[in-house]
This record gives sequence, structure tokens and C-alpha cells, in this order.
Amino acid sequence: MTRALERNSKIERPAGELECIARPPSLLEQRADIVFRGCCYVIAWLVIALVIFIVAKIAWSSIPAISAYGFPFLTGQQWDPNAGTYGILPEIFGTLVSSTVAILLSSFMGIAIAIFLSEGLLSSVLRLALRQLGIANRSKWSRLPEKLERGLLNVIELLAAIPSVVYGLWGIYVVIPTIRPYCNFLNANFEWFPLFGTPLSGPGLFPAAMVLSIMILPTIASLSRDALNSVPIKLREAAYALGSTRWEAIFMVILPAARNGIIGAILLGFGRALGETMALAMLTGNSNRISWSLFSPGNTLAALLANNFPEASKNQVPTLMYAALVLLAITLGVNLLGAIVQQSATRKGNLWTRI
Amino acid sequence: MDTNLNKSFARLSTLLSCSLTGVVSLLTLVALIPLISILGMLILKGLPILHYSTLTSLPPSAFEEGGGFGNAIVGTLVMVGMATMVSVPIGILSAVYLAEIAPESMVARWLRFCAKILSGFPSILAGVFIYGSVVILCGGFSAVAGSLALAILMLPTIVLTSEEAMRSVPIKLKEAAIAIGTTQTQTILKIVLPTALPSILTGILLAISRAAGETAPLLFTSLFSNYWIYDGSELSMMRPTASLAVLIFNFSGTPFENQVQMAWGASLVLVLIVLVTNLTGKYFSRRFPLQ
Repeated sequence: MTRALERNSKIERPAGELECIARPPSLLEQRADIVFRGCCYVIAWLVIALVIFIVAKIAWSSIPAISAYGFPFLTGQQWDPNAGTYGILPEIFGTLVSSTVAILLSSFMGIAIAIFLSEGLLSSVLRLALRQLGIANRSKWSRLPEKLERGLLNVIELLAAIPSVVYGLWGIYVVIPTIRPYCNFLNANFEWFPLFGTPLSGPGLFPAAMVLSIMILPTIASLSRDALNSVPIKLREAAYALGSTRWEAIFMVILPAARNGIIGAILLGFGRALGETMALAMLTGNSNRISWSLFSPGNTLAALLANNFPEASKNQVPTLMYAALVLLAITLGVNLLGAIVQQSATRKGNLWTRI
Repeated sequence: MDTNLNKSFARLSTLLSCSLTGVVSLLTLVALIPLISILGMLILKGLPILHYSTLTSLPPSAFEEGGGFGNAIVGTLVMVGMATMVSVPIGILSAVYLAEIAPESMVARWLRFCAKILSGFPSILAGVFIYGSVVILCGGFSAVAGSLALAILMLPTIVLTSEEAMRSVPIKLKEAAIAIGTTQTQTILKIVLPTALPSILTGILLAISRAAGETAPLLFTSLFSNYWIYDGSELSMMRPTASLAVLIFNFSGTPFENQVQMAWGASLVLVLIVLVTNLTGKYFSRRFPLQ
């Protein structure tokens, strides 16, 4: 009995000490608190101001060019600093075509990878193999499929870490020589088809789009995988219960349910492709022409900026700023759309929290 | 009623299902080819020319043999370092505002919106902006302009990942701190930031690895230089500066074999820098998970 009382008093004792630890903040601490929070508030505004300033600065610097060339700037096909005629239609065309081809290639691949990594295809194949070997139940082996899946995703995400200028170098010395015979074969046999109208003589829109599609593949694959993973397991089970095979369930239930997330992923990948510069500047050939052939050289807005800014004269800068503004408007629009579509997949909050 | 539940390839849907599984597995394997090809080419072409002398000497001119890219390595490290020093404090303080001080306020919503806009920004536009506001103002290309452009690109990654990291600090820890009478500042500095530190470091390292590989914003902010940034007497931060990425771009299209080899060697070094930072960052977040 007395021992129990002693124990109780021992428990109560630290409570007394806690009272000593807890104390109201001193005046100095209160002041420091206000200063620190003020700092954070100011910095938060600073970042907002920076973004507004970036957009405003680009718009402001392009005003002389907008007033001088106006709307025909967007539809003109000549870029001749000596004659003073500027038009960026070939660049807008090249940007959109290369990004569209890239997005077609990589959304196909990306969704396939996302399905492979999220639907347990690897696990089922591996489990079958392990069961044949009779070691499926050992704990060391039973977790192998999940580990492999995560490892594979990490490897694919490494593609996003490689700098774009290295992709450009690889494109010049590996991709173009490799695909050239095939492209020229297509051109020789199907020349009547407008997309194959010219031979691939070196740099061109198609190799550029191919490299671009590899660069945006990780974005699309990992975002689509997130979308597929967030489909409720109930839907999957219900589909299986009705007797559908794995792929009937994927095509009829899971993909439609994850639709918004996947479309958002594709739009965000498209946004990245539009703004990508270096690989395109190195691979498109920088020719100021519009051609329907995929194998002819072309140019993109970002590559135009990259090639012309370093040597730009004072009065050429506003023209380039105008081109930058067009690029900004296109990417901003696509990115906003992508973010809204993707967030509406989770349907919560109003428009502001969604973006 | 047919109660045969075994898999039979005689059913068309089963056959289709299995062949689709095969196609998708094949496509996933195909996606690994570029990575293997890039890394293979880098080792094949880049490794043979990596000596002590290539890492420490100046870039070769057109018909010159030998040479290296030592000044470009230094330039990249200096500019990325300066960009980190600028963007980390700003990024973390604004993330503190987003996660702790006023997560639901109007300012926080605008800030989050702006950070997301900035993260989808084409990197070349950061260069365009710095060209218009710093390069023209200072009268020339410089290392400072280059690092400011990189800082703009690093900022959104740091803000968004740090906010995420601080939000996942267990609320119990914060409540315990508040219960003994700390101010909000003390809670943030002594509890929230140290707990979230591994994840914040991950974000910073990912931002650094992205910035180290950026070329487009450096093309017309820091340009390129064939000389050292520190020439024995003065540190020339206000003059054009070399960087690995721009060196690769400049040398990739030349017809001179030696320069092309330098480009491959520089690519190998750049990819090593980027991958090491990237993988270290991922290691931090896996080694010290918050939950």
C-alpha cells in the first residue's frame, strides 16, 4: 500500500517539474516571433511579385515590337533582320508539330508503362515463376516483385534527370544515324504521302520529336501511374467479380476511371515539350520553313530564342521578346489546363486550391 | 452451368489478355533502351578522354589537340552554388509561410499558384527575363546573371517540396511544443524545420541537380568563356563564364573531332554530377521517412 503511494507520488513529481518547463514566452521572444513571421510574409509576397514581374517584364519589353509588327508577326513566314521583316509562323508550327508528335509517341509508351507498373503485371508473372521454383512463400522472395516494380519506376524516372543538352548530343550522334536509313526508306517508297515527303538529310523534326518524347516519358509515366493507383480497389474487384479478364477490367473500368488524371499528365507533358529548348535547338536544323514532311528540318520558338539572343542587337531584342511572349502564352495555357484537369480528378476545393 | 474456373487459352478474351500483357511488358523494356544507350555512349566515348589534364585545363580551340574543360566545371559549380545560396533561404521561408504561418490565406493561395506556374515555366524564359532585366542593365553577360536565372528555376521546386515536407511533420510534435509555451517561431525553428530537414534536403538536391544540367537559361546570361573564373588575382563574377552545359552545346555541332570528344567527356562529368546529387536526394528521403 505504501509502496503504491510512493509510486503515485513519483509519477506526480515530474508533473511539478513540467510546470517549470512551460512558461509564457518572454517579451524578446514575442518580438522575435513577430519579426520572423513578418519576414516570411514579406518573402511570400516577394515570390509572388517575382512571378508577376517576370511576366510583366517580358510583355513590357515586347511592346515596341507589338506596336511595330502587330498581328502579322504571328502569321509571317520571313525572319530577315537585314530586311526588317519578322514572322514566326514556321516557329509556332514547328513547336506545335514537334510537341504533338512527341506527345503521341510518349503518351502511348507512358500509359503502357503506367499500366505495367500499377496493375501488378510484373508481380503476377514473377509469382508464377517463383511458384514453379517452389520458393514463392519465402519472405525474402515474396517481396521481390514490389521491389522490382519500384526499382523500375526509379530507373525510368532517371530519364528525367539527364540534362537536355546531353539528350541533344546523343540525338546528333546516335539517334539521327540510326533512324536515317529507315526514314529514307519510307521516303523512297511512300513519297506520295505528305508526312514522308522529303528524305532525312541530317537534323529534322522527326528525330527531334523522338528525343523529345523520351524526355517527357517519365513525366507522363509516373503521373499516369499515380492516377491508376488512385482508382478505388472496389471498382477493380467489382469488374473481376463480373467475370472480366484483367485487360477487360483495365480498358472498361480502370482507364475510364483514371481518365482525368491521365489527360492531366499528358497535358503537363505537352507543356514541358513546348518549352523544351536545347534538344530541339540541336536537332531540328533551324530552318525557317513550313513543310508537312516530318523529315524536313524545321525550327521551334524556344530554339529561335536560343539561337538569336546571344548575338541580338539592341533593336532586335523587342522582336525576340515578342516571340518569348508567344511561347509564354502557349505554355501557360497548356499548363493551366493540365493542372485543372488533373486536380479535378480528385474533386476538392475551389478553383484556386485546384490550380 | 459452366463452372470451369481454369484459365483456358481457347477463350478469345484470355488470349487477348495474355498477348496484351506481353505487349505492355515489351513496351516497358523498350523504354529502357534510351537510358542504356545514353549511359553506354557516355562511358564508351567520354571515359577514355577523362584524365587529370582534361579536368584541369582550358578548352581547346578549333585545330588544337588536347585541352580540357576545367574552367567549365568550376563555372558550373560556382553558378549552381550561388543560385542555391539565393534560392534556398527564399524558398524555405516562403514554404514556412505556406505550411505553418497562414496555409489557407489568400496570399498563400496566390503563392502556391505562382510557384506552380513557375515550375511549368520553359527554362529559356528565365534566361530571357534575366537578359532583359540584369544583362542589359549591367551591360554584359556575367556569372551573376547566370546564377540568378538558375535561382529562378530552382525556386519552385524548393518551395513546393519544402511545403510538402513541413506539412507532413506530425501535429503531436507541434502541439507538445506549443503546450510548453513556445512562440510559433520557436516551434518552427526548433521542431518543424529539424524534423522536416531530410525531405527539405531532398527537394534542394533535386533542384540543384536540375539546375546543374540547365543550358537554355545560361546561353545568353553567362554565355561562355575560354578562361578561368579566377585568374590568380581577381574573381571575375561580372564577366562571361564557362559552364559544362554550354560547352557541350557549343562543341556538339563542330566538325572538329577533338572538340566533339571534349563534349562527350563533359557530358559524362555533367551526368555524373547530376545523377549523384539526384540519387543522394532520393536517398535522404528514403533513409529518413517522416511517418
